[in-house]
Amino acid sequence: MAKTKTPAVEGWFTLDEAGPALLGTRCGGCGTYFFPKETVVCRNPRCFSTELSEVELSRRGRVWSFTNNCYPPPAPYVSPDPFEPYAIAAVELELEKMVVLGQVADGIPVEGLEAGLEVELVLDTLFEDDENEYLIWKWRPTAV
Amino acid sequence: MSNEVAILGVGMHPYGKWGRSFVEYGVKAAQDAIQDAGIEWTDVQFVAGGETMRNGYPGYVAAATFAQALGWTGAQVTSTYGACASGSQAINVARAQILSGMCEVALVVGADAAPKGFFAPQGGERGDDPDWLRFRLLGATNPIYFGLYARRRMELYGSTEEDFARVKVKNARHGLTNEYARYRKAFTLEDVLASPMVSDPLRLMQICATSDGGAALVLCSMEYARKQTTNPVTIAAVSTVTPQFPQSVIEMPNFATDSAAGAEIPDTPFKDSITKQAYEEAGLGPEDMSLAEVYDLSSALELDWYENIGLCKPGEAERLLNDGDTTIGGRVPVNSSGGLSCFGEAVPAQAIAQVCELTWQLRGQAGERQIEGARAGVTANQGLFGHGSSVIVKR
Repeated sequence: MAKTKTPAVEGWFTLDEAGPALLGTRCGGCGTYFFPKETVVCRNPRCFSTELSEVELSRRGRVWSFTNNCYPPPAPYVSPDPFEPYAIAAVELELEKMVVLGQVADGIPVEGLEAGLEVELVLDTLFEDDENEYLIWKWRPTAV
Repeated sequence: MSNEVAILGVGMHPYGKWGRSFVEYGVKAAQDAIQDAGIEWTDVQFVAGGETMRNGYPGYVAAATFAQALGWTGAQVTSTYGACASGSQAINVARAQILSGMCEVALVVGADAAPKGFFAPQGGERGDDPDWLRFRLLGATNPIYFGLYARRRMELYGSTEEDFARVKVKNARHGLTNEYARYRKAFTLEDVLASPMVSDPLRLMQICATSDGGAALVLCSMEYARKQTTNPVTIAAVSTVTPQFPQSVIEMPNFATDSAAGAEIPDTPFKDSITKQAYEEAGLGPEDMSLAEVYDLSSALELDWYENIGLCKPGEAERLLNDGDTTIGGRVPVNSSGGLSCFGEAVPAQAIAQVCELTWQLRGQAGERQIEGARAGVTANQGLFGHGSSVIVKR
C-alpha cells in the first residue's frame, strides 16, 4: 500500500508537486518578507505593521554558498541507514532579498554546486515511517 | 567618569573531557581567580554566573550553584544565558554593578561539562523551536553553518583549503605550552588536510570540539584595585550588541536571513558591529590592539574575524595569516592561547577564558607564548540567537 505523503512540517510549503513553493508572509506596510512566516508584527523596527499576509516565495534563486553533512546529524534528524552524505545550499531569492537554506535534491554532491548557480524548489522525501512519507523542500539545479 | 573596572584576578580549570560535574570546574577556576586577586572569597559581594543548558537545574542557576559550592556568604548573585556569549553577559552585569556603585568586588564564573560529538538541541517534539527544527528538517548542525561561511570565503576571495588549514597549524603551535589547553600537539598542514571531511570544505581538525572546562575573573572598582595593586589590567569596554534589521547573513539556528525587501541593509554588518561598539566605548581602534582572542569555531571563521574586528579589509585575511602577522611575534597575534582549536568549547566559560588570556598577556605572565609589550587586546565572540560579545582589556 502506498504511504501517505505528509509534510514534515505543517504550513511551510505548498504540496503542489509540479511547482511547489515555500510559504512565507509579506508585510503590507514595508514589503518585508518572512520565512518561516511571521504572523504577529513586522520585524522591521521602523515599520511595526501587523498587516502580514501569506505569500508563496520565489521558486527559483541562486546559490549563495553550500556545504554538506559527511556524517549523520544527531536526532531529531532521522538519517537513513546506511547514511549517505548530502549537500545543503543557502539560496538567494532576488525578489525577496533573502537567503533560504535547504537540502540539495537528487544526491547532487558539493562538486556539482557553485555560487551563483540557479536552483529551483522541489519536494522530496525527508524520512519515512510505516504509514507516511514525510516531505520536505529541497533545492535542485535548473541546469540538471 | 571612567567606565573602567579592574581585573584583579583570573583563573581557569584545564580543558578536557574529565567526566565530572561542571560545578567542580567552576569552583577550581573561581578559587584560582580569588587567590590570584589576593582577596578572600568572603570579600566577594556579587557573583555573576554564565549559565549552561546541559547540566540540569544547577546549570540554569549557575551563580548560586557556584556560591553554594564555595560556601554561602550571602553574596548577591545573577545568572545569565547568551549561548556562547553567556560569559560576556556575566562580565557585563558584574561590571555594571561595580560601575553603578552597587558593589566593589565581583566574581564572574562560567563552566561546562559538554557532551561528546555534535551539539544537539534539547529533546522532545518541539516544533516551535527553531533550534530543534533546523536539526529535524535540514540536519543543519553547527558545522553546516561554519561550512557555508568557509565556502563563501572561497567563492568570494579564492581562499583555499590550505589557507584554512594554516590557521589550525598556527593555533596548535600557539597552544602547545598552555597548561589549560586540551590539545597540546603541533600539526603540519598535511596532518590537517588528511583529517576526515565533516562539512565541506571543513575537516575534523578545523572544527571546534566540545569540552569540559571553566574560567573565572575577579572584577573590582578602580578604587578597590588601587588598594591591592599598583598597575591593574582593566576592562575598557564590553559589547553585548544584537544585530540590526535586516540581518542579511544567515546565522545559526535560522532557516533564512532577514529580507532586505522593505528596509536598507545596515552599513555595519552584525559581526563588524560587535567590536565596533567596544572600540567606540574604549576610545581605541583596531590599530591600538596588541593582540586578539577570536572565536575560531572553525579555522576559516578565524579569517572572517580578522576582517570583522578591523585588523584588515574584507578579502585580506589570508594575506595577514600567511605573512605571519597573526602569529606570536607578528604584528597582532590572534589566539595566542591556542583558541578554540586547542581548547574546544565549554560554552559559558568561553568569553571569560578569552579575557583570562588577554590578562595574562598584558601582565606579562603568559610564559613561552608571551607577546612582548602587549598593552591592549580585544576579544570577539558570538552566541546563537544574535548575541554579540566583545571585551577590550588594557593596561
